Amino acid sequence: MSSTIALLLIVVSVLFILGIKFLSSPKTARKGNLVAAAGMVLGLLILCNGNGVSAWSHGWSFNYTLIVIGTVIGLIIGAIGAYSVKMTAMPQMVALFNGLGGGAAALVASLEFMKGAHSVEGIKAFIAVAMLFATLIGSLSFSGSIIAYFKLEGKCEKPITFPGQNIMNGLILLVIFGLCGYLTVNSGASNATIAFLVLAGLALFFGVAMVMPIGGADMPVVISLLNSFTGLAVAADGFAINNTAMIVAGTLVGSSGTLLTLLMCKAMNRPVSNVLFGAFGSSGAAAAGAGGPAGTVKPIQADEVALLLAYATRVVVVPGYGMAVAQAQHSVRELTEELGKRGVEVQFAIHPVAGRMPGHMNVLLAEANVPYDQLIEMEQINPSMDRVDVCLVIGANDVVNPAAHEDKSSPIYGMPIIDADHCKTCIVMKRSMAAGFAGIENALFYKDNTRMLFGDAKASLNALVAAVKAS
Amino acid sequence: MTIESLLAYNQILVLFIFVLAIFVGIEVISKVPSMLHTPLMSGTNAIHGIILFGGILVLADADSVLTQVLGFVAVVFGSANVFGGFMVTDRMLQMFKKKK
Repeated sequence: MSSTIALLLIVVSVLFILGIKFLSSPKTARKGNLVAAAGMVLGLLILCNGNGVSAWSHGWSFNYTLIVIGTVIGLIIGAIGAYSVKMTAMPQMVALFNGLGGGAAALVASLEFMKGAHSVEGIKAFIAVAMLFATLIGSLSFSGSIIAYFKLEGKCEKPITFPGQNIMNGLILLVIFGLCGYLTVNSGASNATIAFLVLAGLALFFGVAMVMPIGGADMPVVISLLNSFTGLAVAADGFAINNTAMIVAGTLVGSSGTLLTLLMCKAMNRPVSNVLFGAFGSSGAAAAGAGGPAGTVKPIQADEVALLLAYATRVVVVPGYGMAVAQAQHSVRELTEELGKRGVEVQFAIHPVAGRMPGHMNVLLAEANVPYDQLIEMEQINPSMDRVDVCLVIGANDVVNPAAHEDKSSPIYGMPIIDADHCKTCIVMKRSMAAGFAGIENALFYKDNTRMLFGDAKASLNALVAAVKAS
Repeated sequence: MTIESLLAYNQILVLFIFVLAIFVGIEVISKVPSMLHTPLMSGTNAIHGIILFGGILVLADADSVLTQVLGFVAVVFGSANVFGGFMVTDRMLQMFKKKK
């Protein structure tokens, strides 16, 4: 590799880091994404193989034609996916792209391993470990992401469990590690190819076995984790083919995915191990059913709510995934604009796990043209919730359940929530009294200062808009 | 067995980059507000699409039909990952607007 190219690789790495850095503010975020994309283009232009020879210096061959065709096909698939996907389906899209990346990482590592294993000089242990790691993690990420995709699409959403599952998975892992150890030292052996294929097959199977027992509601955590896995697999591929840009890019993704996974688990007050290995609700549901919350449910009519809203000083909206499912975000924006015109201060309180992936609610509201400076994070808004006149809970349930503070027997006890019960009047918009995703009764509905506005969220909101306009 | 026999000096330098990148990654990402976590996830997802490079290198050197087919699949996957990832992230981020 020439020094020029090595220096340019530093530029590529800096562009990736700057790109993510610009993502820390919504003002510069779009630029950040483009900066990272520019890094990708530069990296592609100066691409070198493991011996430091530019990938573009050979004469034209059939393989180059294949590269161009493959890239164009991928571009078309990616573009169609990226521009046709609904914002509510964003987690599925990320899962799918992540699976493709993982699959590619595994294929690249496999091909390099096969090539090295059949060469005269063999593979050095350090490189072999990197290749095996990339194959293992890439395959697992590929199959796991596909399962996660289907779970998010609402197919096989329920956790699939059977006795001895964790033991079986543990045994598979042991065999995988054993094979990895064997192949590290015996990459040139005659049975290495078979051992390698078994390893790849087991890794694919393990991805399925790992994600199957996890419920649909926990898929965001799984995707974030698999995203970090793919990143690490790519970094390992970078070791194997000696491309520092790939190492830096992959590692950045690896640490980001890990951090996001931990943040999400913290927001749900559950350790990562519980999400991955303990099927949620199996122990908690019974406990929650034992002592129902005290108090009565008090319904309210839309025109009464409109009066409360119109004469309030400060209104906070707590949106949940239910709002997006009802396609009510545009009606919400209309209502908040109408209230804004009357001088009411309106804000949105966003729980870190509202929606189907972290930050999902912000994207859904941004799509409905809600300005981002109205969206306030849970920790910032909670201290001032007792100065809020009306709190409008739309399609959110578990994230406003005061049982998280009050009821030690509740499965969500200890989970940080938005303190909707602290405001003067809390209006909960809900289709019926059904329990939330976690299957837990919501003590908020029975509080003295809570009123229930039953009905379809979109229809109710449209009625509210009309009533506020009229008052 | 000594460390020298397992790892060449330049490989240690590469490990050095790897370890520093972990810390840079954690540092940079912890500054991203939760408001932008979905674009962050899809943006980093696009960044690991750099695996397209690996696919290209493997396919450029492919010398049998099997390696050509597998390399081709890797290129298609990597390309969809990288282009789709950046496009969908851009589509999300252009929606984030401040109050007029």
